[in-house]
This record gives sequence, C-alpha cells and structure tokens, in this order.
Amino acid sequence: MKPKAEAVIIGGGVHGCSIAYHMAKKGWKNIVLLEKGTLACGATGRSVAGIRHQFGTEINIRLAKESVRRMERLEEELDYDGSIELMQKGYLMLAYSEEELDLFNCNRDLQKKIDPENLTEILTPEQAAELVPGLNLEGLYGVSYNCRDGHASPFHVTQAYADAATRLGVNIRTGVEVAEVKKEGNRVTGVVTTGGEEISTPVVIAAAGAYTKTFGEQVGLDIPVTPERHQVAVTEPLEMILGIMVISFAHGSYFKQTPHGSLLLGVGDPEHEVKDFNERPSWQFLFDMVKKTTFHWPALREANIIRQWAGLYDMTPDSQGIVGKTAVDGFYLDLGWSGHGFQLAPAIGQVMAEIVSGETPFIDVGCMCLERFERGELIPEPACV
Amino acid sequence: MEENTIICRCEDLTLADIRATIKKGFHNPQEIKRLTRCGMGPCQGSTCRELLLKEVASATGKNVGDLEMTTFRPPNKPIKVKSIMMGVE
Ligand SMILES: Cc1cc2nc3c(=O)[nH]c(=O)nc-3n(C[C@H](O)[C@H](O)[C@H](O)COP(=O)(O)OP(=O)(O)OC[C@H]3O[C@@H](n4cnc5c(N)ncnc54)[C@H](O)[C@@H]3O)c2cc1C
Ligand code: FES
Repeated sequence: MKPKAEAVIIGGGVHGCSIAYHMAKKGWKNIVLLEKGTLACGATGRSVAGIRHQFGTEINIRLAKESVRRMERLEEELDYDGSIELMQKGYLMLAYSEEELDLFNCNRDLQKKIDPENLTEILTPEQAAELVPGLNLEGLYGVSYNCRDGHASPFHVTQAYADAATRLGVNIRTGVEVAEVKKEGNRVTGVVTTGGEEISTPVVIAAAGAYTKTFGEQVGLDIPVTPERHQVAVTEPLEMILGIMVISFAHGSYFKQTPHGSLLLGVGDPEHEVKDFNERPSWQFLFDMVKKTTFHWPALREANIIRQWAGLYDMTPDSQGIVGKTAVDGFYLDLGWSGHGFQLAPAIGQVMAEIVSGETPFIDVGCMCLERFERGELIPEPACV
Repeated sequence: MEENTIICRCEDLTLADIRATIKKGFHNPQEIKRLTRCGMGPCQGSTCRELLLKEVASATGKNVGDLEMTTFRPPNKPIKVKSIMMGVE
C-alpha cells in the first residue's frame, strides 16, 4: 500500500519549513516535507538575508511588518537552541533622482498609514553620510532609512522552523526529489519521487521556487515564473564598520556587513544575467559589482573578496509572490518571491497554514493569487532590486 | 584529538563545536558548513575541509570519499577589490 500523508510540502527552503511549522502548530498530522537537496540549499541559503519594512505595496508592507516582529522573537517562539543572528541596524535606500526620492516619500507615507509604528524616515545626503561615513554623495538626492530593518541568518531561520516542525511531528526528508504531482479529475492525489516512491495525499503545497512551474504543468496550470541568476561576493570579516544595508535601485546594487563581520556585495543585472537554472558565479559579475559598489562607497576598494556565489530569483511578471489556492483542488502555491522572500516567510507560513486549513488568512493575500496574471491585475513592487 | 583542538582556524571552531553539530544529526558537510561557517573563511577550507570530512566520516562510519564535498568557490585566493578594478579600468 502507498504511504499516505495528510499533506505534502515540496521544497525545504525557508517558506516550505515555515509552512510546515505553522500547519503542524494548527494540528495537522502526518505532514511530509520533501527537499531534493539539503534544507536552505536553494535561494534561501544563497540570499543576503536582509529584512526590512521599506516596501512600496500595501501587501508587502503588511507582510513585512508582521514578519519583522516575528523575527524579533523567533528564537523564543520556536524554542531554537541556536541563534538566528538577528541584527537590526537599518537599511538605507539611495535616491539618485527627484523621481526616486518622490517614490521613497510615497512609500514612507504608505508604510506609516498602514503601520503607525513604522520608523522609516527620509534623510538628506549629509545625514546619510553620518550613518555611513565615506558614502559618496555625488548625484545623491536623498535616502530612505529605517533603523529597525536588518539581517538574520537564512540557514538558522530555516533550521529553527524545521526543528520546531520536526518536534511537532512533521516528517522532513532531505535528498528526496519530487518528479511528479498526480491528479485525478480536478484533485491532487499524491506525488511521485524520482526514486519511484509514491506518496498519496489530498494536499500538495508547492514551495519549490522556479522549479514549481513543472508541477503546475503536470496539473494543468500555467505558472508564469522564470529563474534569474543573481550574484553576491563576500569579503573577509572586518571590524563592524557598516551596520547598515545600503541599496541603490537605480544601479541594482547593494552592500552590507553581516554580524559575523564579512561584507556582502551584490548587483542585480536582469538585462544580462542568465535566465535558467545555472547557479555558477561569473567574472563579469565581479567587474560590474566592484565598479558599482565602490562608486557608492569608495572605502570598499581596500576590502579583500574571499568568495562569490550565485542563486536564483524566481521571477514573476510583477516580481511578486504567488500565494494560496489554485483552480486544482488540494494544490497550493507559495513561490515567486524574486529577491525579497526570505524576510516574508514568517508571515506567509501562517497565511498558508490558514488557507490550507480553509480559514480566512490573518493577512489578506488575495491580490497574490495565480489568477491575477490572467486578469491583468498585477501588483508591481517599486522597492526591489 | 582533544576536544578543544582548533579545526577551522579562519572561523575559530573547535573539534567540540564540530562534534556538537554532528551530534545534532547533521551528517552532510555542506550543512555543517552553513550552520557553523566551517570552511567559509578566507582559506575556504583548504585547512579545515579534510579535518571536517574525517570527523563526519568517523562519526557516521562512511568513507570520506562518499561524503558530499563542500563547494570551493571562486576566486580561489582572496583578491582586493582594487585589483579587480584594475581589470575593469
Ligand atoms: C542573491 C540573492 C539575494 C537575495 N537577497 C534577499 C534579501 O536580502 N532578503 C530577502 O528577503 N530575500 C532575498 N532573496 C530572495 C530569497 O532568497 C527568496 O525569496 C527565498 O529564499 C525563497 O524561499 P523559498 O523557500 O520559497 O525558496 P528556496 O529557498 O529556493 O526553496 C525551494 C526549495 O525547493 C527545492 N526543490 C526544488 N525542486 C524540488 C523538487 N522537485 N523536489 C524537492 N525539492 C525541490 C530546492 O532544492 C529548494 O531548496 C535573495 C535571493 C538571492 C538569489
Ligand atoms: S580554516 Fe576553515 S575556512 Fe580556513
């Protein structure tokens, strides 16, 4: 007889693990999570793990606010025996034109409207230079800053959810790849692994990043998601000289220091980057990255780069997540987070658990449904790389 | 070997740190690297990788050759941002 599960989650990134925990907490029994590699081996472990309030769409502002609050007490909530390495020293967004500054002002107003406690402020270039000594003010119109934004370790956040889920009885299996999602009539009936094992289940939650597209095809859904390579370089650890994450949407560049001391330097280059599942880093990136980041912060010229890596954004037409139920009974989606999905996993895990349980989610994510693409109701996020 | 023997010089990790992680059930060198930073230092594990693999092998009864190696990522040696810029200019 085929093994049975109440629900199967595909993908052991931060989203899959958060969903598993939140479902188990709600009382779901016999949940199986399948991860083809190791936990956090996908986008999650390759991200630069920034967490922030500074978004420009209502839905992301709500999800971010809730998620940052949860990160702040995650170790307690999950009774984690390690540290998630939370550091809240702020995010600084650089405006290189009048329009960009206007946009930051609008975003700030929206953030404050939704969350009166939001701390985002618009600062002058000179004020920014006080926060980041040595910042190049050339061409800078102003900045948006929130001191409660920051960083957390993607490995440890994922592991913390996974450990808590395991304690609640979730069966997390790594090194197991799903080959196919099975459907009969309009209802999912199970999954088959590449090893030929079949697990029957009435509920499949696909949280496998851009790989989810294939599962969509298998059940007859068109999921408009493509992988896009993004790259990061890391320096040797330095004394804490830059608590803040500095980011320029105009250049697609960002840099920050982690609690460990290393600086992370990144550039998103959607125009030239490969759009397949290639996760190998390139030299071109290093050239482009050093040009851009040293323009913002010339002090970087002296830093030693020790490693570079690449990871995949799972891009949708509006760079926003796809969340919730689908037209196929029992088939749920959580993907498409492009470059800002790590930080939203705490809230989305609960939202997904509620949706799968047939409840109204505590944050209305209706606008993130798959059908929005057909309807042309896109929700583009202005504040992302 | 003593429990306080340094395994990873770059990241200041002892044998006890590594053993504690293995004991929690992490038997894949990649996982151990990500959770402890063993091998993420400037030498990228040229010093500690062998030791880590041996430790996992002896704890799990596997051969070193059957374990998943940690990834060695470019650039192979630390390189100054300035030097990369000379290549650009
Ligand atoms: C360079 C870079 C920088 C980033 N910076 C940030 C940032 O600063 N802040 C932020 O919030 N976000 C950031 N992100 C985005 C963030 O990493 C992602 O949005 C987030 O990690 C998505 O989590 P996930 O669990 O949905 O996906 P993933 O972590 O990709 O997890 C999906 C998992 O599914 C597994 N899988 C795939 N196919 C199968 C299969 N057939 N069977 C079983 N398992 C399968 C994969 O192995 C993978 O582990 C960044 C991303 C990159 C690449
Ligand atoms: S000794 Fe472990 S990374 Fe250098």
